Amino acid sequence: MKIKGKAWKFGDNINTDEIIAARYLNTFDEKELGSYCMEDIDKDFSQKISKGDIIVAGKNFGCGSSREHAPIAIKGCGISCVIAESFARIFYRNAINIGLPILISKDAHKKIKEKNLIEIDVSKGIINNITQKKTYSTEKFADFMQDIVNSGGLLKWIRKKGLAKR
Amino acid sequence: MGYTIAEKIFSAHVKGKKVKADEFVYARVDLALGNDITAPIAIDQFKKIGSKKVFDRKKIVLVPDHFTPAKDIKSAEQAKVLREFAAEHNIVHYYEVGRMGIEHALLPELGIIEPGKLIIGADSHTCTYGAMGAFATGVGSTDLAAAWATGSSWFKVPKTIKFVYKGKFKKWVCGKDLILYTIGKIGVDGALYKAMEFSGAVIDSLSLDERLTMSNMAIEAGGKAGLIAPDDKVFDYLKIVNARKYKGKAGQKQFISDVKRWKSFSSDADAQYEEVIEINVSEIEPQVALPHLPSNTKAVSKVKKMRVDQVVIGSCTNGRISDLRVAAKILKGKKVHPKVRCIVFPATQAIYLAAMKEGLLEIFINADAVVSTPTCGPCLGGHMGILAAGERAVATTNRNFVGRMGHKDSEVILSSPAVAAATAIKGYLSHPDAV
Repeated sequence: MKIKGKAWKFGDNINTDEIIAARYLNTFDEKELGSYCMEDIDKDFSQKISKGDIIVAGKNFGCGSSREHAPIAIKGCGISCVIAESFARIFYRNAINIGLPILISKDAHKKIKEKNLIEIDVSKGIINNITQKKTYSTEKFADFMQDIVNSGGLLKWIRKKGLAKR
Repeated sequence: MGYTIAEKIFSAHVKGKKVKADEFVYARVDLALGNDITAPIAIDQFKKIGSKKVFDRKKIVLVPDHFTPAKDIKSAEQAKVLREFAAEHNIVHYYEVGRMGIEHALLPELGIIEPGKLIIGADSHTCTYGAMGAFATGVGSTDLAAAWATGSSWFKVPKTIKFVYKGKFKKWVCGKDLILYTIGKIGVDGALYKAMEFSGAVIDSLSLDERLTMSNMAIEAGGKAGLIAPDDKVFDYLKIVNARKYKGKAGQKQFISDVKRWKSFSSDADAQYEEVIEINVSEIEPQVALPHLPSNTKAVSKVKKMRVDQVVIGSCTNGRISDLRVAAKILKGKKVHPKVRCIVFPATQAIYLAAMKEGLLEIFINADAVVSTPTCGPCLGGHMGILAAGERAVATTNRNFVGRMGHKDSEVILSSPAVAAATAIKGYLSHPDAV
């Protein structure tokens, strides 16, 4: 799978309250949540991005609460992938489980500038900065998780493996 | 080579083998918890899986505690989704308003948290139960749905960082101060993907309530769990809350055998740790975490005079009876500062009742504080105490992120109940000795 879009940069410890504030947790409608994504950091965020754009963040992205509304809001506003130096544990699981592409790369956060045009080969884990003509490597998923990613999320993985009780 | 608590609990939940840190496991879960925010998504996902039945109706817990009593129509609809799912699947542990409490204070009271259990909850503060020797960790709604359908969940067995607390407490210092200090020391990602294990003579001496406070905030350091080796304090508590089960001769025999099993869930002397961090508590003063990260900690005496508009005493972190006792001791015969709104929310109905019987509620009301129904409401900026732009709160809760308790231009400072109560009286951030 290939993804192409502009980069939007964020710092360290972007928490789930910032990604989607608790006042909006009385719904889980993807489009509605998407319209409030990152509102308390940048109230125009959901309007100014284009479909397919990419979030590039620092350490511990998605820390805080377990709300799956956070990756849902990111997907809902049209973001196609999150690249970060590291992810908080629950956000990381949630993103993989719902099929939001995420990549870990220290280089990418250091070197990508806001609005750089980025192309990502998700299956190969290669980030190509078209604006700067540079490529960055990413950390490989463990085989176990890659299997969930390849299945298209946790529910499909469970179905594939026939794990659900009938 | 020995095993950590985390490794032992995972080993007990996979078929026929002992597992070590960094192994991926597909493990049976003993409890799978959701609330009115996270369970509606899980229920939606559960339906997509196509399962007709949940894996075990006795092992699912549903607690509508975040936006209840329903704060608006949409929240009422979400709570209704839980109610209907609970009825449809005949869920044993569903707790309606009037019977419920803040989930992480409620579940221990129900006697369903035991050492050695593997518990997942679609709430990040599920790690609270580590204080009772259970491996408990937060997950998202899809993970929860998958566990409801399959009875299992995937995990990477975490490495463990061992924290050893030594020394003697200064006056007013409590479990909350220890955990704030610890998070300040290692940072909000200091234990990312790892289990934290709290140990040492100081932890042995802590009450179960204070241990629950510490484990509750393991997630604020990125921890996957906040484990404490279970001891007599945990066993005695379980004997009380499960009095019916342990009644009579047969009950006593059962208890002795349970204790023997529970005791096995402590780390071996030669267990392998990622790191061992020693903390001398003699040097620790009452702590606060300043905006906007729980790691932004300082001794309260080192902070300049900061005016506050609201004081919140309660939550899954510090809404237990011992927390209310400390706050009441300070507020007794005093008045909340005229420019401060002080909101006390006992974490469960049982705590509420105990506080009433002990006369604590009267102390709060006479001090001009308000006592709220059990709810997560104000802690996450849901309802029952939202901040306006430019306002500042001191709260005994667990997070002080931007906009956590309301407007993005409001601020939250985290503290112990003692510091919060003193602050409510003075009108600015205060050391308990100041009142």
